[in-house]
Amino acid sequence: MFRWIAVGAGVLILAVLAAVALFLLQQAWPALTAGSDELAAAVPRFPEGTSFLGFVGPLVFGTLLAAALALGLATPVAMGIALFISHYAPRRLAQVLGYLVDLLAAVPSVIYGLWGISVLGPAALPLWEWLNRYLGWFPLFAGDVSSASRAMATVAVVLAVMILPIITAVSREVFLQTPKLHEEAALALGATRWEVVRTAVLPFGRSGVISAAMLGLGRALGETMAVLMILSPGFLYSFKILAGAQQQTIAAYIAADFPEASGLAVNMLIATGLVLFVITLAVNMLARGIVARRKDFSGAN
Amino acid sequence: MSATAPATDTAESTARTRALLTTPDTRRRRTDRTMQVLIWAAFVLAMTPLVSLVWTVLSNGAARMSMDFLTLSMRNIFGGDPSGGIYHAIMGTLVITGVAALISVPVGILTAIYLVEYGKGALARAVTFFIDVMTGIPSIVAGLFAISLFTLILGPAVRMGIIGAVALSVLMIPVVVRSCEEMLKLVPNDLREASYALGVPKWLTIVKVVLRTSVAGLTTGVLLAVARVIGETAPLLVTVGVTDSINVNPTDGRMMTLPVFIYRQYMQGTATCPGGESATCVPDIAMQSAWGAALVLIVMVLALNLVGRLVNRWFAPTLR
Repeated sequence: MFRWIAVGAGVLILAVLAAVALFLLQQAWPALTAGSDELAAAVPRFPEGTSFLGFVGPLVFGTLLAAALALGLATPVAMGIALFISHYAPRRLAQVLGYLVDLLAAVPSVIYGLWGISVLGPAALPLWEWLNRYLGWFPLFAGDVSSASRAMATVAVVLAVMILPIITAVSREVFLQTPKLHEEAALALGATRWEVVRTAVLPFGRSGVISAAMLGLGRALGETMAVLMILSPGFLYSFKILAGAQQQTIAAYIAADFPEASGLAVNMLIATGLVLFVITLAVNMLARGIVARRKDFSGAN
Repeated sequence: MSATAPATDTAESTARTRALLTTPDTRRRRTDRTMQVLIWAAFVLAMTPLVSLVWTVLSNGAARMSMDFLTLSMRNIFGGDPSGGIYHAIMGTLVITGVAALISVPVGILTAIYLVEYGKGALARAVTFFIDVMTGIPSIVAGLFAISLFTLILGPAVRMGIIGAVALSVLMIPVVVRSCEEMLKLVPNDLREASYALGVPKWLTIVKVVLRTSVAGLTTGVLLAVARVIGETAPLLVTVGVTDSINVNPTDGRMMTLPVFIYRQYMQGTATCPGGESATCVPDIAMQSAWGAALVLIVMVLALNLVGRLVNRWFAPTLR
C-alpha cells in the first residue's frame, strides 16, 4: 500500500511534466492556428502581415542573445570560483566561501532587478560609454548608449551574477572529484599548482563544466524579472547591446503583457511561453545527458 | 682531480638537481602566480555584487521600516501618501508559499522515498531524469501552466492565490525531491537491515527508521526549497494578480505578494506632489516602499536559509 503511494508520487511528477506540455499546447493552439490578420487585431504591437514565427523570431533572438552574453561573462568567473573553492582557498574557509556563493542564488530575482537598475546601471554607464566611444566600430558596441543604462549589456551582467552560483556549484563538485592520484602524479613530476589544475583537474572536469554552463544557460533563458525591470524593450534583430529599445526576451515579454491581455492575446502569450519551454527543455536535457553519460565512463569511483 | 672532488661534485650536482626540480623556471612560476591572482580575483569579483546588493537593500530599506509599514495595507493609499504598508503582501506571500509547501512537501518526500527505497528500472530512471529537467522549467512557464490549467476549469481571466500556489509547487517539487533524496541516501543500510531482521515490514521501517533518522535533513531540504520559491515573482504576476487590500483566502480572488509588491511599486515611478514634499506627500515613496519590502523579503529568505542549515547541524543524528 505504502509502496504504491510512493510509486504514485513518482508517476504524478511525470504526469505533471506531461501536463505542463499538454496544457500549454492546448492553450497555445488557437494562436498557432490563427491567421496573421486575427493575431494583428488581437495582440498589441503585432505588426500587420507577419506570421506567428515572424513575430516570435526577434523574441527568440533577444532571449538567446541575453543568455549567451550572460553565459560568456559568467562561465570564466564561475570556473575561477570553483577552482578557488576546490583547490586554492584555505581548506577551513572553503565551505563557508562556498556557502557565500550559494547565497547569490538565494536572492530573489526581483531584488536583482531593483539593484541592477538603481546601483549597477549607473555604475556601469561610464564603462558602456567608454566601450561605445573607443570600440564603437565593433557591432556589439555600436549605436547610442542608453542614457539610463537600460540596455542589454546591463541585463547580461545581472543575469551573469544570477547564474554564477549554479555554474559554480556544479563545476566545484566535478573539480573535487578529480582523482587524487592524478593530482599527486602531476605534483610528483614537478608541476606548479596551476599546472596541476591545467593538466589534471581541467581535462577531468571538462564535460562537467560544459554541462554546468548549459544548466546556467537554461536558467538565464527563463529569467524574467531582471530583464523586465532593466531592459527597455524593442522587437529588432539587433546586436547593439549598449543601446535601448533594441531587443526583448520571451519571458519578459510575457510578464509585461500578460496582466493586461485577454482573448486571443492570452493564447498568443502562452504560445510564446511554449516556445521558451521547448528551448529550455532542449538545453536542459542536453546538459543532463552530458552529465549522465559522463557518470558512466568516468573512472572516479 | 683530487680524491675529495667526486664528493663535492655529487653534493653540487645534487643541489643543482634539487634546484631544477623544486624551483620552476621563471616563465612557469609567473604563469602560476598570474593564475593564482586571477582565481582569487574571480572570487572577489563574485562577492562584489553580493556585498553591494545586501548593503543597498539594508541602507535603502531600513529608512522605510516602521510598525505602520509592517502592519498596514495599501488600501485607499494613492499618490505620494507615505502611510500604508505591506501587511497584505506579507500575508499573501505566507499564505501562497504555505499552500505551495502543503502541495509539494508530501509529493516531494514520497517521490524521494520511491526513488531511494523502491526505485529500480526504467520508471525510476525516467523519474530521476525528468525531475532534473523539471528543475530547469522557467518560472514564468510554470505560471503559464497553472493559469492554463485553471482557465480550463474555471474559465478565462481567473486570478486566485491557489493558482499561484500550484505554479510555485511545480517549481518547488523537484527541489524538495532532490534534497530529500540526498538525505535519505545518507541513512545507513545497517539500520534498515536491523529493522528487517526484527521482522518489521518495509513500510514501517521507512516510516519509523528511515524517516526518523533523516528528519533533520528533510526539514533542511524543505526549508531551502521554500526559500527558493518565496521570492518568485513572474509566476505570481501572471496567476495571482495584484490588490491593495488584505486577502488571506487563496480561493477567493486576487492577492498581493511581496515580490509582486516590489515590482508594482518600482513600476509606479515618482508621484506628483502639488505642494512639494511634505509629511503627507513624498514623491519617491513608491521606490522607498519597494526597498522596504525588498528588505523584508531578503530577511525572510536569509532566515529560511540560516534556520535550514542550523537545523541540519544541530539535529543531525550522529551515525557513528
